[in-house]
Amino acid sequence: MTSFLTARRLLTGTAIAALVVTTAACGGTTRGEEETAADAGAGASANPDADIPSGLAIAFLPKQLNNPYFAVADAGGERAVQEIDGEFSEVGPTEASASSQVSYINTLTQQGADVIVTSANDPNAICSALDQARAGGANVVTFDSDTSPECRDLFINQATPQGIAEAQIDLMSEQIGGSGQVAILSATANATNQNAWIELMKSYAAEAHPGLEIVTTVYGDDEDEKSFQETQGLLQTYPDLKGIISPTTVGISAAARYLSGSEYKGRVALTGLGTPNQMREFVKDGTVTAFALWNPEDLGYLAAYAGAALAAGQITGAEGETFEAGELGEYTVGADGEVVLGDPTVFNADNIDDFDF
Amino acid sequence: MAVDTAPAPSAPARAGGRRLTLPSGSVISTFLVLFLVIASFSVENFASSRNAGFLLLDVVVIALIALPLTLIVVTGEIDLSVASVVGLCSAVMGRLWFAGLPLELIIPLCLLLGAVLGAVNGLLVTKVGLPSLAVTIGSLALYRGLAFVVLGDQAVADFPRAWTTWAIGSIGGTGIPNAVLPLLVLIAVTAVLLHATPIGRSLYAMGNSEDAARFSGIDVARTKLWLFVAAGVVSALGGVFWTLRYGSARADNAAGLELQVIAAILLGGVSIFGGSGGLLGVLAGALLLASVRNALQLVNVPSDVLNIVTGVLLIVAVVAPQVTAWARTRAARQRPPG
Repeated sequence: MTSFLTARRLLTGTAIAALVVTTAACGGTTRGEEETAADAGAGASANPDADIPSGLAIAFLPKQLNNPYFAVADAGGERAVQEIDGEFSEVGPTEASASSQVSYINTLTQQGADVIVTSANDPNAICSALDQARAGGANVVTFDSDTSPECRDLFINQATPQGIAEAQIDLMSEQIGGSGQVAILSATANATNQNAWIELMKSYAAEAHPGLEIVTTVYGDDEDEKSFQETQGLLQTYPDLKGIISPTTVGISAAARYLSGSEYKGRVALTGLGTPNQMREFVKDGTVTAFALWNPEDLGYLAAYAGAALAAGQITGAEGETFEAGELGEYTVGADGEVVLGDPTVFNADNIDDFDF
Repeated sequence: MAVDTAPAPSAPARAGGRRLTLPSGSVISTFLVLFLVIASFSVENFASSRNAGFLLLDVVVIALIALPLTLIVVTGEIDLSVASVVGLCSAVMGRLWFAGLPLELIIPLCLLLGAVLGAVNGLLVTKVGLPSLAVTIGSLALYRGLAFVVLGDQAVADFPRAWTTWAIGSIGGTGIPNAVLPLLVLIAVTAVLLHATPIGRSLYAMGNSEDAARFSGIDVARTKLWLFVAAGVVSALGGVFWTLRYGSARADNAAGLELQVIAAILLGGVSIFGGSGGLLGVLAGALLLASVRNALQLVNVPSDVLNIVTGVLLIVAVVAPQVTAWARTRAARQRPPG
């Protein structure tokens, strides 16, 4: 075995390595050399009055199957597809990976689907498969998680950062009567979404609800236990605290659990972004009055209508075009082919039992 | 290599005489052909050059990694870390590309890294004498963990279009992916090595009885070490291709792929205990698994049912030879003597 690293082998190895390095050093393909190809753009022009043909094959490809959030979104999509007399299908991998999504996109291409509605596990890895699908005649709509804009026709965005921030501040202001100390329980200190929302919450509060004093932001790292402890810490540090806003589903449910078992229940308001199933018991026992989140069912419903509008030729995905989305009304395509679902849905004791996700 | 004294016959007889007399892999190949014919007639959209291209593109990396892994399994060892090597190489490739190195340098560096990762496995198995199952369960976690250290949960995706289009492109519009050509070369090399050289025969000998192989002058440790290095290099190559094919370098690339590769090998009739099986069966196994998945997807079978089907297929493939062997010995015993 000692012959494994004989001088001769070492020499050969070094020689090969040297050769490779020299070859590579004299010019090679490096990053930033190449300009990204310009988007070809939509060739066809839109006809807003076109009818949606019946029998459109509209396929939903979520990040993964058996995920409650996507099950609700897909159910919304199915309802929309039934309304327009199309053929709904839901396909997808059991594990949330981009490579298995590619295999399903290929299958849909092969089946000649008219519309593919998908939520991307990787914004780039499914691009070339989507390109092939579009070359084969499919219209591609993304929802929840976008791909690179050039790989799809439309992106249905669940909510704008502004909308999410304003909904939470409005809810809090209403619950504490417009004035008092408020703290924020966030996810991690470098969570992009949460940080953007918190900045917008601060500026919106200062402008629209000057009585609200945001005293601090603490981080529960999207861990249940840590969020629970941070909530406890907040209440000890700020005895006059009137309310907590938690813009993360993990944070708000941990905070609700702490409050519901403490003397602060009903005295300190709690709102933020949560799912009805997590928050149901805390709304019922009076710990939480109201909280918000976009409605995934509406998201799927809108995505299906957007896909049908594309397939019918009512829109091409260009900014400023409008289309009808059934019971949700009229929507306008924004910059970069984005359509925003609208303001988050507010959940309270009156409506929480209508939702299951 | 000092393997000129390898004594093993090309179809090694194992104790119990449970081997079929047919050449290894012919059963599964027949199944594959039958399945392809049936699917072509009964599954809409199955028989087309575009679908064949999609199918082959999904098989390329599995078949590629199956080549060295088959050799390893034939010697009675296993390497579970192959998919983690794919992920780590993908992550390193992304990190180096992001740092501005040229791809022409990154790719050999990745292959070198693969060799080192394979050598670590190989040395732990041959020098330290640990069981390869334990070693590579460890490196499966270790290499995947390192991939996340290298790239975190980021993705590097701005690889040059010329390279990524090659990776998904097909030869002259036939639907056969470009990558199939280099794969065929590697298949040919591996097939010759395994089935037509003394080295190949020595691998079967090791799988049947390591002691006997050692006594007959085979340098078991050195051969195995090189097999693990080969698995590392080939998996790294798979990582490079995977990254270009999906145009995205990520630490979680190809997670779980090792199970698909091992499934193809077992379905192809290679004994997990070593000593028997051939490359034809493995390739047919890989194609059969992919074709079944593809056909079932085309008829909209949900993915959880699909997992059940492939699982059952695998169990049947592993159990069926045992049952036939049992039935045969039973029948032989019941025959009246004389």
